[in-house]
Amino acid sequence: MTVPSYAAPNHGNGESALSLRGLVKSFGGKPAVEGISLEVPAGSFYGLVGPNGAGKTTTLSMATGLLRPDAGTAVILGIDVWREPIAAKRLMGVLPDGVRLFDRLSGEQLITYAGLLHGLDRATVAQRTAELLGAFDLTADARTLVVDYSAGMTKKIALAASLVHAPRLLVLDEPFESVDPVSAANIRSILTDYVRSGGTVIVSSHVMDLVQRMCDHVAVVAKGRILAAGTVDDVRAGSTLEDRFVELVGGHGPTEGLSWLHT
Amino acid sequence: MVAHLITLKVVLLRNGLRRSVGQLVGLIIGALYGLGVLALAISGLIALRLADADLARTILVVAGSALVAGWALAPIVVSGVDLTLDPARFALFPIPLPKLLLGQAAAGLIGIPGACTALALAATTVTWARGPAPFAAAALSAVVALALCVVISRLVASAATELATSRRFREASRLILMVPLMLLGPIIAFAARGIETYVTVFKAVAGVLGWTPLGAAFAAPASFAAGDAPEGFAQLAVAAASLALSAWVWSRALARALVTPASRASSKSLPAARRGLGAFGWMPQTPAGAIAARSLTYWIRDPRYGAALILVPLIPVLLFFSSVQRHNSEVFLLSGPIAAFLLAWSLSTDVSYDSTAFSLHLVAGVRGREDRWGRALALMTFALPAALVITLVPFIVTGRWDLLPGYLGLALGVLLSGAGLASTVSARFTVAVPLPGESPFKRSPGNRMQTLLVQLGGMIGLGILVVPEIVLVVLSAVTGAAGFGWAALGVGLGLGGALFVGGILLGGAWLERRGPEVYASLVRAG
Repeated sequence: MTVPSYAAPNHGNGESALSLRGLVKSFGGKPAVEGISLEVPAGSFYGLVGPNGAGKTTTLSMATGLLRPDAGTAVILGIDVWREPIAAKRLMGVLPDGVRLFDRLSGEQLITYAGLLHGLDRATVAQRTAELLGAFDLTADARTLVVDYSAGMTKKIALAASLVHAPRLLVLDEPFESVDPVSAANIRSILTDYVRSGGTVIVSSHVMDLVQRMCDHVAVVAKGRILAAGTVDDVRAGSTLEDRFVELVGGHGPTEGLSWLHT
Repeated sequence: MVAHLITLKVVLLRNGLRRSVGQLVGLIIGALYGLGVLALAISGLIALRLADADLARTILVVAGSALVAGWALAPIVVSGVDLTLDPARFALFPIPLPKLLLGQAAAGLIGIPGACTALALAATTVTWARGPAPFAAAALSAVVALALCVVISRLVASAATELATSRRFREASRLILMVPLMLLGPIIAFAARGIETYVTVFKAVAGVLGWTPLGAAFAAPASFAAGDAPEGFAQLAVAAASLALSAWVWSRALARALVTPASRASSKSLPAARRGLGAFGWMPQTPAGAIAARSLTYWIRDPRYGAALILVPLIPVLLFFSSVQRHNSEVFLLSGPIAAFLLAWSLSTDVSYDSTAFSLHLVAGVRGREDRWGRALALMTFALPAALVITLVPFIVTGRWDLLPGYLGLALGVLLSGAGLASTVSARFTVAVPLPGESPFKRSPGNRMQTLLVQLGGMIGLGILVVPEIVLVVLSAVTGAAGFGWAALGVGLGLGGALFVGGILLGGAWLERRGPEVYASLVRAG
């Protein structure tokens, strides 16, 4: 087992909304996450950035009860996800990346389904569903099957479904992937309002610009380890987040070769 | 290009084997079986060299026609459509159509059925080694027949896929396609009985088949051997024309598939508005109720579920034929229990059909037993009435009402115990199924060995669970005492009900404990 590569500083202001300690996961002997520890302060808008294959999705899956860690713990608002999964899952809304939806339901049915699964009664679900559809600008398509939605609409309906039980923590894996700028702005304003009213959001993304503008905290992940974490201003240390990220991760310099491509 | 496609197919085959021991075992079993059949066929063909030409002709034409028909039906009936070399996947590459066509045809021969067919056809030249003309005709016919097998099979496969993926025609066309196929068995059985008794009929059938696309290639060398060269040439022409025609139709289908990538595009055709919440509006407002509503919606809207049920209403028809043939109505009376088995066992693929959408249940913290209850409840809403009606049908036809309570008990026992068993098994094992939105006929990659074991184990397990009902039904039939029948009804309801609840609770406990592992296996399946 690997020791945590980075000891997360506690940000002080009371309890963490999400606290990951020494998470380890390997797939068939190939390590995907090698000891990730992270404290997400309550009320923060936390960005998790990293190149493809860095272990972001694996980490978030272990934090949300989708993937059993080989070692380490994930605690949500004081409740251990893997010891008391049902209590922990009640507190969080999850948007996993790259999973299917029950897409032969209409948008309205999908949100209703998510609400009822969380044990809400039908009247509450109906009211929240209508409001969510309105907020995400999907009212006109409420009765269209999700399978016929565009990629951006699909992301929005999945996000709406993850909000219906009024979670205190939102774990969103790539919420902006294949979303058009108008919908992205729509999603961003809903998330910002949510954080302002006391909720906590952790998003993974590889759009640095977006994270820099939207989040107040950020952690940089690469090769299954955390390279830096803290407030966005601390991490970027005067430069842009993108430059700092490339510097941390150690990307390629200017591309050589491919001269035959220069027409 | 042709070489590339063959290489691709071989590499895919090899990598599939490398990925799982199960597939390797499957291939070896298949190869042994194929070798056995092949050895029989080749020794038979060599023995026929010594037989009278007329007999050889009859046997070869009928067997050969069956071979071609088998290739044509195999994509639908036996294995689902093998889409390893799905033409849509080549749409982005600049490959000229004729090359793609040739390559696909050649690649279709890679594998056990292709190799066995090729060798068996080669052996027909031994049968007709009765002079230069018959031998040459046999060699030519063997090549034509082999090509015809492959081309017809690809043609049917692409036609079936196309039908199955266009949303508008899906339901109706599949029914129309499947009903005659299901009834083919009894029809052939009827025909076969005729052949057993009347050799002359057998010969007449061969005579007709010899002029059809199915049998022409096999009749031609016989005609040459009989010294009737004009007839031989005519039959060769029929065979070649059939090959050319099927190749042409297939090339049209392939060309269309290349410009209209199937699954996605066609499913977008009808973004029809739905009315309200559907089943979500009236099912109990609990997690289990919501899951029941969702499952019920899927039973109706997702063609993969429908494909599993298509056989159910046909069972009484099939068994009616079978019982008339054997002059034994007991078989017909089994319609209800067999339909009940199919209905109950369809629950075992439920979680696998969810694919990664199952993550919603996991992140919502749904209790395992609520998941199981919901799915079973959805099934029972239609399976219970369907099983009752299908159980009644043979009694209405035969009027043997004295046996009704026993068979009703057996059907209910099978339905309830089967649903309980399926609820337990599907909480532990996922099976290889077509992914959401794919054609229900698509042969899915993945863990086929586990799928097979689960299906087989399930049937055996269910057989053991309903032994009490079976014994009581047999006793009631043998002794004619009504008490046994009523006892079977009581046991079916009582024991079946207990197994139903027990299976759901056990499956629920398993699912709750192993939810992430079940999800992980769904992720692996895609």
